[in-house]
Amino acid sequence: MAILQQILFIVTLGSTGFFIRKRVLRIRSNILLGKKKEIKDRGAERLKNMLLVAFGQKKMFKRIIPATLHFFIYVGFLVINLEVLEFVIDGLFGTHRIFAPYLGGLYPVLMNIFEFLAVGVLLACVAFLIRRNILKISRFWSTEMTVWPRLDANLILITEIVLMCAILTMNASDQLLQTRVDHYIPTGNLFFSSHLTSTLQHLSTSALILIERFCWWFHIIGILGFTIYITYSKHLHIFLAFPNTYYANLEAKGHINNMPVVTNEVKSMLGLAPAPTTPAEPGRFGAKDINDLSWNNLMAAYSCTECGRCTSECPANLTGKKLSPRKIMMDTRDRMEDVRKSLEKGEPGLNDGKTLLNDYITKEEINACTSCNACVEACPVMINPLEIILELRRYVAMEESGSPAQWNSMFQNIETNFAPWKFPSSDRYNWAQKS
Amino acid sequence: MNVPTVAELVAKGEKPEILFWVGCAGSFDDRAKRVTQAFVKILNATETKFAVLGTEEACTGDPARRAGNEFLFQMQAMNNIQVLNGYGIQKIVTACPHCFNTLKNEYPDLGGNYEVIHHSTFLQQLINAGKIKLTGGGSFKGKKITYHDSCYLGRANNIYEAPREVLQALDADLVEMKRCRTTGLCCGAGGAQMFKEPEKGKQDINIARSEEALATGATTIAVACPFCMTMMTDGVKNKEKESEVKVKDLAELIAESL
Repeated sequence: MAILQQILFIVTLGSTGFFIRKRVLRIRSNILLGKKKEIKDRGAERLKNMLLVAFGQKKMFKRIIPATLHFFIYVGFLVINLEVLEFVIDGLFGTHRIFAPYLGGLYPVLMNIFEFLAVGVLLACVAFLIRRNILKISRFWSTEMTVWPRLDANLILITEIVLMCAILTMNASDQLLQTRVDHYIPTGNLFFSSHLTSTLQHLSTSALILIERFCWWFHIIGILGFTIYITYSKHLHIFLAFPNTYYANLEAKGHINNMPVVTNEVKSMLGLAPAPTTPAEPGRFGAKDINDLSWNNLMAAYSCTECGRCTSECPANLTGKKLSPRKIMMDTRDRMEDVRKSLEKGEPGLNDGKTLLNDYITKEEINACTSCNACVEACPVMINPLEIILELRRYVAMEESGSPAQWNSMFQNIETNFAPWKFPSSDRYNWAQKS
Repeated sequence: MNVPTVAELVAKGEKPEILFWVGCAGSFDDRAKRVTQAFVKILNATETKFAVLGTEEACTGDPARRAGNEFLFQMQAMNNIQVLNGYGIQKIVTACPHCFNTLKNEYPDLGGNYEVIHHSTFLQQLINAGKIKLTGGGSFKGKKITYHDSCYLGRANNIYEAPREVLQALDADLVEMKRCRTTGLCCGAGGAQMFKEPEKGKQDINIARSEEALATGATTIAVACPFCMTMMTDGVKNKEKESEVKVKDLAELIAESL
């Protein structure tokens, strides 16, 4: 029986590992559809950002209620993973609570801490479900929050609740078995699960063993299954928040990336540099599709957990315009997924007749952006939707000359009068002559 | 009004300590021109050795870049950099946060390296150095003033306190809007929106922001950006409050109290 469980566990763990590896490589290749961009500078600052913002949750705490609830789940996730390590070792070697003999008196203390965290996670998830579904906090119900994004969020919360219930039930049956069978190592009464024992104590020993084993398997399969699910879900932020904050922009938020290709051309036009002997790389100006964005923009799209803090701070969105920074990130990810699905079916992928601009994100959306950086400031994991918006605008302006008519007039004014308005440049100093 | 150009100074064999970058709004927009004049009044009163480029100044290219026209931006930037470097300019002050951001953060990529400060920081420095002496407590004593954060000063460049310190020097009662500093709501003009009609929506952004400013009960809305000035002034007019509530730039408030 024990050896059968061991074999079953190894097969489960192995196949999960295999599948997750496949999923991770798929996401990686999607991110690598983006343009190369070397980000190797200022390592210490980047590390600091990662530690403060991802590990330390610094930006979450701008909104204290969700931050506190999220913190319970986050700490629970980090610490309960230690218990999962024990689960995995037990599963592989057919042991039971392998850490107990080594940790001695510390073990029950740890188990109690885990229980507190498990209950914390459980309550926080319930609170989050209430916020989403009963209080209907508006950022969870805006237009881009269609059926799947809302279901995705609820599934994650419900799964976490069920997993925590399994741990508590397992501990409860385990505590009863400790009084009946030698195999079960005493842990003493655990703070929460000991209250569940009264409902289980009329059960036979074999029934309790069955419950304990079921909960053990349920929990570990649940966690492995959840890990696979994450790769299909918005929940990837639990891993990608770390690289995303590490590779986040360190310049002042007002700085827009320079385009060296343009610099070369402008310099030769102004006679400041010889015309380039080799023609400039044939790439597009700006971005029409995901492969025109840089890889870190694409990784950011996978890091987005659709919390909507960006959109709830966006002046355009607040006043009823179609722009939503969260939708920009969701669309970018959806486009990557669609391209990959197409490639996997042997279809043309990027050349499927669709593009990120127009088929996913409309000009009306990108034109409404005031570049105010409210979305960038709001994002707890330092995603920058503005970079994507500006790249799309660059494509529209330079490849299509398709900017709004009033912008085209503004361009014309700058070209001819060196001012965005139609005033002759010779009048520029007139303000000083008066009075 | 004494407004020397760099060319004039150079002809006399002199050089300004600081270049006042006026910007397009400050040069052409009637309301913003009054801010420019107020700032010059302060520069003269504090005996700052400054000069302007006059007709040699051109748009920094900010709206072109933000609307996506990188070619036009870089054409403007390179021409300006040639002029600035030609005169050996080292320090620039400007009353426009958009010019400030572009000159400070974006020109270095193209070979233009200057010490660039916004007039709010400059005014704060003058006050701290005791060069600006405000008369008799000032006419703003005890009056409610609210400050509207410009995105290109605040979030874009982390300048939140300098403008507030300038206002505090007026002895006024500074009241904050609910959205301020890092969460300040944009006036609606950034990202080249100044130069086109907004997209379809429920409300214009400047109206929403003006409502927030009016809700503080302040009789003066202080701004530090010519675009914010236009947007907030229009918003206050839209709410028919222009007779009770004035929108003023920091430089005007200081110049009035000199």
